[in-house]
Amino acid sequence: MSAAAWRKITIAVTVHLAFVAIWWIAVIVGDVPEYILPTPWLALTTLGEPNYNWARHFAATTQEVFGGYILATVVGVTFAVLFTWSRRLDEALMPLLITLNMIPKVAMAPLFIVWLRFGIQTNIVITFTICFFPILLNTARGLREVEPELLDLVRSLKGNRWQIFTKIQLPGALPYIFSGMKVATVLAVAGAIVGEFIQSDRGLGWFMLVTQEALNTDAMVMALLLVTLIGIALYGAVIALERAFVVKDARVE
Amino acid sequence: MRALNSLSPNGESFISLKNVRKVYRTRTEEFEAIQSISIEVAAGELVSIVGPSGCGKSTLLKVLAGLHPHDGGEVRIGSTNDPFDPARDIGMVFQQPLLLKWRRIRENVLLPAEILGLPRKASRERANDLLQMVGLGGFEESYPYELSGGMQQRAAIARALIHDPKLILMDEPFGALDALTRERMNLELLRIWVESKKTILFVTHGIQEAVFLGSHVAVMTAGPARLAEYIEIHLPETRNLDVKTHEDFGSYTRRIYALLDLR
Ligand SMILES: Nc1ncnc2c1ncn2[C@@H]1O[C@H](COP(=O)(O)OP(=O)(O)O)[C@@H](O)[C@H]1O
Ligand SMILES: [Mg+2]
Repeated sequence: MSAAAWRKITIAVTVHLAFVAIWWIAVIVGDVPEYILPTPWLALTTLGEPNYNWARHFAATTQEVFGGYILATVVGVTFAVLFTWSRRLDEALMPLLITLNMIPKVAMAPLFIVWLRFGIQTNIVITFTICFFPILLNTARGLREVEPELLDLVRSLKGNRWQIFTKIQLPGALPYIFSGMKVATVLAVAGAIVGEFIQSDRGLGWFMLVTQEALNTDAMVMALLLVTLIGIALYGAVIALERAFVVKDARVE
Repeated sequence: MRALNSLSPNGESFISLKNVRKVYRTRTEEFEAIQSISIEVAAGELVSIVGPSGCGKSTLLKVLAGLHPHDGGEVRIGSTNDPFDPARDIGMVFQQPLLLKWRRIRENVLLPAEILGLPRKASRERANDLLQMVGLGGFEESYPYELSGGMQQRAAIARALIHDPKLILMDEPFGALDALTRERMNLELLRIWVESKKTILFVTHGIQEAVFLGSHVAVMTAGPARLAEYIEIHLPETRNLDVKTHEDFGSYTRRIYALLDLR
């Protein structure tokens, strides 16, 4: 790794540690009661409490976040590809999808429960609906954005549509797909947690509601940290994939 | 320098356009992009095409590339001795290099070969040779963003040559380059043309450039879009920068300025 990259990492880590330190100092100096804001250490120690069943909740939320997110990526990219292949389909379905996108997805949750019943699958669907649109729209835009003269070049060689798609459109859309995927990471975590708030018997969001009743703020804060960790893991995975598949210059920032 | 084989043995030209007309149609209206153009181009010739914006230069190249049908007149490319395959014998270069950002330079050059399904190994070797020829030896593994605009355009030229087409269509290929790079690319193009023995149609806004490069200059005017004159350029066969101070060079450029109402 280059010196500049190390420098960036060092700064990032330092700033994060500083943030934790300030939090810690603020709680102690300000003599903040535990049930308002615990110290980072106190929050961390809750991990040792077996009754909290961390692994079970962590696994549930992770499943919802990753499940809904991956589903949204697959379906979103597939729809975008179908739309670029069939202009009719695009013209027919796009307006409807834009209208559907206007529906507040959170408001759909009670209906999803009716349709899909109580459980993780419902939260996966809620996460999916929130993540689907940014991925679809970004991918469709990327697939559309082809230099007309590049098409002329391929057509002058009597290249077919499939060649245009595989050699030019799809690789050209990749940076846009990742751009949509990055936007969707934040939405995925929010979707899963909101789903758990509305209906669940497990997961970190559900756990926060339960511990709130007992005013176990330390456990709530720890749950929040773990939710963030899931988000960071997802985002990190997407960034790693982008680095692997998209040439530096082509990335959409 | 190689002598121009101006006509094939039986007297046929390589490209023959007779009163070619092109109309763009939308649902509601028609637009005559080319009213009439007639030119004869010999095999191995480099012909410049100049004219104001919108006079149909790009349209003409697209008709020749088989991208648009023409609406009148006659278009013939190739001759009995020199047959022309519309799928394989066109190479195109545009104002923008249009390299695929995600492909290394060699892979970019190979794009037409892939589309035509040419043998991979032989094409790779040819790509390497062509990159040498255009002065990009050592950049085979680079990405486009690592190259300057002029270098990217050289790669685009190599890409146009990879499938060994008989006809190269260049649409203002140096229009986006700075003046000095452009001069250098002109000399490079002449060298590549001599080495590759291709027939080249070269669209440009630069009148000096047109005269410097072409053995003929097709001067087009707008409204109505048609050929104003097809000028044969008699300048020393070996074109180098001295040509620009040749007395005839000035008279050719003046004549074209006059045709374009630019005195
Ligand atoms: N696909 C098209 N449909 C309709 N009109 C077009 C199309 N392409 C070009 N034109 C029109 O035809 C004229 C000639 O265009 P073009 O050949 O690009 O000119 P030039 O390359 O000389 O600047 C212009 O007025 C342009 O607006
Ligand atoms: Mg043009």
